[in-house]
Amino acid sequence: MRYAVLGGGPAGLYFALLIRKADPGADVQVVERNPPDATFGWGVVFSEETLGALRDADYESYTAIIESFARWNAIDIVFHESRIRSRGHVFTGISRKVLLAILQRRCRELGARLEFQREIRDLSELGDVDLIVGADGVNGLARRSQEKAFLPRLTSHKTKYVWFGTDMALDAFTFIFRRNQHGLFQVHAYPFDARTSTFIVECAEEAWRAAGLDRATEEQSIAYCSELFKSELGRHKLLSNRSSWLTFQTLRSASWHHKNLVLVGDAAHTAHFSIGSGTKLAIEDSIALVDSLRRHQDIQAALTRYELERQPVVERFQEAAGESSSYFEDVSRYESFSPLQFAFNLLTRSRRITYNNLSQRDPMLVRSVDSAFAAGATSDHAAQVRLSPPPMFVSLKVRGLEIANRVTSLTPGAGLVISDFTAVGPEGRITPETPGVYSPDHLDELRQKVQRAHAQPGTRFALQIGHAGRRGATRPAYLGVDRPLRWGGWPLVSASPVAYSAHARVPRELTPDDMRLLLDAFRGAAVTAAACGVDLLELNFAQGYLVASFMSPLTNLRSDDYGGNLGCRLRFPLEIFDAVREAWQGPLMVRISATDCAAGGTTLADAVLIAGALKAHGCDLVHPVMGQTVLESKPDYGRLFGVPASDRIRNEAGIATLASGHITTADEVNTILAAGRADLCQLDD
Amino acid sequence: MRIGVGLPTSTRGTTGELIFDWARRADAASFSSLAVVDRLAYQNYEPLTALAGVAAVTTRIRLATMIVIAPLRNTAVLAKQAATVSAMSGGRLTLGLAVGAREQDYTAAGVDPRGRGVRFSEQLAAIREIWEQGSIGPRTPRAPEMLVGGSSGEALARMARYADGYMHGGGPPRAFATAAAKAQAAWRDLGRPGKPVLWGMGYFALGQGSADAGADYLRDYYAFTGPFADKIAAGNLTSPGAIVDFVRGYQDAGCDELVLFPTVSGIDQIERLAEVARSFS
Repeated sequence: MRYAVLGGGPAGLYFALLIRKADPGADVQVVERNPPDATFGWGVVFSEETLGALRDADYESYTAIIESFARWNAIDIVFHESRIRSRGHVFTGISRKVLLAILQRRCRELGARLEFQREIRDLSELGDVDLIVGADGVNGLARRSQEKAFLPRLTSHKTKYVWFGTDMALDAFTFIFRRNQHGLFQVHAYPFDARTSTFIVECAEEAWRAAGLDRATEEQSIAYCSELFKSELGRHKLLSNRSSWLTFQTLRSASWHHKNLVLVGDAAHTAHFSIGSGTKLAIEDSIALVDSLRRHQDIQAALTRYELERQPVVERFQEAAGESSSYFEDVSRYESFSPLQFAFNLLTRSRRITYNNLSQRDPMLVRSVDSAFAAGATSDHAAQVRLSPPPMFVSLKVRGLEIANRVTSLTPGAGLVISDFTAVGPEGRITPETPGVYSPDHLDELRQKVQRAHAQPGTRFALQIGHAGRRGATRPAYLGVDRPLRWGGWPLVSASPVAYSAHARVPRELTPDDMRLLLDAFRGAAVTAAACGVDLLELNFAQGYLVASFMSPLTNLRSDDYGGNLGCRLRFPLEIFDAVREAWQGPLMVRISATDCAAGGTTLADAVLIAGALKAHGCDLVHPVMGQTVLESKPDYGRLFGVPASDRIRNEAGIATLASGHITTADEVNTILAAGRADLCQLDD
Repeated sequence: MRIGVGLPTSTRGTTGELIFDWARRADAASFSSLAVVDRLAYQNYEPLTALAGVAAVTTRIRLATMIVIAPLRNTAVLAKQAATVSAMSGGRLTLGLAVGAREQDYTAAGVDPRGRGVRFSEQLAAIREIWEQGSIGPRTPRAPEMLVGGSSGEALARMARYADGYMHGGGPPRAFATAAAKAQAAWRDLGRPGKPVLWGMGYFALGQGSADAGADYLRDYYAFTGPFADKIAAGNLTSPGAIVDFVRGYQDAGCDELVLFPTVSGIDQIERLAEVARSFS
C-alpha cells in the first residue's frame, strides 16, 4: 500500500507513524511545505483521556512526550483584580515544537519518508497512491480540492485574537479579564514546559480598533499587551512568533472523505481555541483512521467507519466550543458579577462542566459558591462563611414574598406553583375549559387552588393571567393545540385582524373602547387574585396571545398610537402592566416572548429592551419563553433551550428571571442559578 | 418498548405474494407493528394501498406508515384513505406523516415543494378535523393514531401542536435520544398534557451474504443524501448482537416503539429477526 500524507503537523505525523507500525510494508510519504523546525503557535494541551489514547497507540512517543510536558491541575480566573483558583482539573501541555520533533523522530525510526519545504499545488503531484491523508489545516489544499464532496461550512467568530508566548512558567490555566479605556481584553494562558507558557489575547473587534491594534505592527501589539497585563507578567516578556491578530473560523464538513482522499484534524473540522482541543482532536482522528484501516480490508468501508466514529465526537466538541466562544464574545455582560460567581459562570460556560462535576473536582470552591449565593440571596453576610445548601434550596425574596426554593414545578416541594393560563374575561379563554377570574363563581375555585398549593409547606402560589386573543376559542389541548372549536366558539380579538392559522377565525381589531375594558378586566383579575390569597401574579404577555399580539411587528399592523416601532407596540402592554401594578401590591412577573423565532419578528435584543421597560414600570421578574407568536415559528428545541435567553435578559436588562425550557435535573438547576443565568427555574419532568 | 417490523415494500424483488406472506408471519410472531416507508419516484409499493392489502391477512398487528409524505397528496383524499385502512383493520392504523426529504418526489407529483411546511401544518389540522367530523368516511372504531416526523424546530412544533407523537428518521440510539428530548421539549412548550409517543427505526439484514445486498440497497435508497448514504449503509444491523445492542440503546433512550426495516427481500429475513426478537419478549 502507498500512502501520501499532506501536511507534517501532529495529525499527519501521527498517522504516518501509526500506519507504518500497522503495516510495515507500506510506503508512507509525508509532504510539508515548511522546514522541520518551523513552529506556529506555542504549546498544545492534552487531557488525561488523550494521554491514555497516546499511550495505547504508540508507547515510544508517549514516553518521550511525558518526559517533556508540563502538568497542572488548577484554573485561575483573574477578574476585577482578584484571583480565583479552581483546583482538581487535570491538564498537560507540551511545546508544539518539541511534540513535532518527537513525532518526526519516531516517523523516521519507523521508516516513513518526510519531505519538508515542498509545496503541493495539485494532489496529482503526490503520484499514484492508495490513500491521500489531508492533514494540511483549515485552509489546506486537501479540503479545498474536493469542496463539492466535503461540503465545508466556515463560520467566522466575532472576536480578534493573537497567539503570544511568555517566558513565565504559569502553574495554572489562567484567564485574565481586564478593561481599559478601549474595551475589555481577555487572556487565555497555559504553561507547556518548565519555562514557557502560551499567552493568547482576545478582545471584541471594537476594542481592537479603538486600541489601534488593527494598524499595529507586531512589536506595537506586544508593547500594548505587555503594558495591559504588566501586573501579571511582572518582569517576564511576551514573545512573538509571527504573531498576528486573527479571526477564528469554525469549520464543519458534511463529509471527510472522497474516493482515496481523507481529511484529518483541522482540515476536516475546527473547534474554538478557548476549549483547547484542536491538536487533541487531530491526533485522535489519526488514531481512529489507522484503527479503521486495520479493521477493514476495503478502504472505502474503512473511511466510512472512521467518519462514523469521529463525527459525533467532533460535533460534541464543536457544540461545547460554540458555547465557549459565545461566552467570550458576550463576557462583558457579566462584568457586574462578583469574582466568585464570575468564575463559576466561566467554568460552566460550555455545559461540559456542571455544578455536580465541579463539586467533585473542587468541593471547596463549590462550598464557597453555595455560601456566597446564600449570602447574596438573603443579604445575610454571615452566610458567607457558613455551610450553605445548594443554590436550588436557597430561598428567594421578591417584593416581600419569600419563596422557599428556586424551583417552579407541579411536583410537591417546589417553592412556587404557577397556575395554568387563567382568562381575565370569557372571550379571553383559550378553550372552553380554560379557568377564569372574571365571575363570582371563580372565587371559590381560585381559593381552593391557593389552599391546595399552600397545603405543601413552603409552597407559594402564582396565578398566571392573560387573554387568549387570536388563539382563543380552540379545543382542549389533549385534542391538539390551536384547533378551532367547531361550535360554541366566541368572537376573537387581537391587535390587528390577522388569523393565527388557516383554520382559525380572523380576529377583530381592538378598538379604544375594547382596550379600556381590557384594562378593567386585568385590574379586576388582580383584585380578585389578592382577595383569594394568591402570592404572586404572572401576566402572560407572550405566546401569541392578546397582549403579545401588540408587541410583535408580525401581528401588530395598527396605524394608531399602539402600532409602529417597539415603543408604540409596547404602549398597550405597559398600560395593562400599570393598571395591574396599581391594583396589586405583591410580586409581579411577566411572561414575554424571548424571540418570536420567526423572520421579521421580535428578537432577543428586543426582549432585553422590553424587559428593561417592564422593570422601569415596577416588574419584579421576567419569564422569557420562545416563539409561538405565529404558527410557523421555529424554536430551537432541546435541553435547556430557554436558558440562553434568560441569561441574556437577566444580565443585560438587570432583572430577575424565571428560566424554563426543558430543564430536567437538579444539577442543571444548580448550575443555572450559581452561574447567574436565572433566579428561578421551571423543572420539567 | 415494543418492537415492530418493516414490510419489504421498497427492497428489491419484492412480490405481492412476499408482502402477504411477510405480514402473516409478523402477525403470528410477537411484533407489535408492521410499517411501510414512502417515496414516489422509486420502485416501491404505495404505502396506504399496501397496508390496506395487509389488513386483510392480519388480525392483531398494528399497521403503520413511517412515514407518508403528506404534501404530495390531496388532504381530503389522504384522510379518507387513512380512515379506510383504519376501518378495514379494526382501528389498527398509526398514520405517520412528514414532508419528506426528496425534491424528485415533488417533481414527480407535480407539487411545488416551496411552502410545503406551511401546507403540511394545514393538512395536519384538516385531517384531524375530517376524522372527527365524519362527513368524509368511513367511520372507524377510533381515529388513527397520528404521528409526525422531521427534525427542525418548525417540524417539532407542528408535531406537538397537532399530532399524538413523534417518528424519528433513524440513526444510532444517541441521535434518537437527542431527538426525543427535543420532541418532549416541544410537547411541553405547547402545553400538551402527558408525553408524546416516540417511535424509532433501524435497518437490518441477517444471514449469510445479506449484509452486502442490504448495504447496496441502502446506498441506492439514500443516494439522494450524497455523502450520508455510505454512513447510513454502514449503520445497517447485520448480526443478532448488533440488533440486541441497538434495541437496548433505544430502550434506554425512552423509545416507545422501535421498527426494524428489512434491507433485503426474502421471507427468511423476518424469520431471522423473529428469532432474535424472541430474546426480548
